Amino acid sequence: MAEKVTIIVHSGDMDKVYSALIIGNGALAMGMEASLFFTFWGLQRLKKGGLEKGPLSKMNMLGLGKWMIKKKMKQAGVASLERLLKDFKELGGKVLACDMTMEIMGIKKEDLRDDLISDYCAVGTYLTEARGSKVTLFI
Amino acid sequence: MAEIKVDCTGETCPVPLVETRKALRKAKVGDIVEVTGTHPSSKKEIPMAVKALGLKIIDIKEKGGIWKIRIRR
Repeated sequence: MAEKVTIIVHSGDMDKVYSALIIGNGALAMGMEASLFFTFWGLQRLKKGGLEKGPLSKMNMLGLGKWMIKKKMKQAGVASLERLLKDFKELGGKVLACDMTMEIMGIKKEDLRDDLISDYCAVGTYLTEARGSKVTLFI
Repeated sequence: MAEIKVDCTGETCPVPLVETRKALRKAKVGDIVEVTGTHPSSKKEIPMAVKALGLKIIDIKEKGGIWKIRIRR
């Protein structure tokens, strides 16, 4: 069995979702398996139209900071979150959605991008993934 | 045997690595994947990924900040 990376995506901040998707894609590119467990604020990013909506974790300044960073990222040729998520799925990455968060926040399956989500699950699934992983991260 | 060309010029982390992996997945055993790019770290890291995948680098060339890595699938 291939080595695995499991990441809890708890934050919905744009920069942190980038970290999670870059590491996830990197792992797949290097022949590892990868699972992203989206929970709490992270799960908001899997809502339809929500992926790019996260604020900057620091110096967001009502969106001005985010706008400036996005401009710099565009200049540097950084891929969009949309592209990274599409690549992640294409390379066989697993996207897991926390069903407790859905219940607490009143998020229904039809509010989420169901086509990208491999499973709706809870802590037991996360631990089943994590216990066999070489790398686990909480972002 | 085919030669597959991947152009990652101007792309940054993690795109060259991801595009290399995508091309290697599509390639058949014996095919050559040639990746061109400008992102400095990817020149070091694509060979790391190739090694981790158990494949072989044919050669790495660089001229004027543009590198070319050839990989045998």
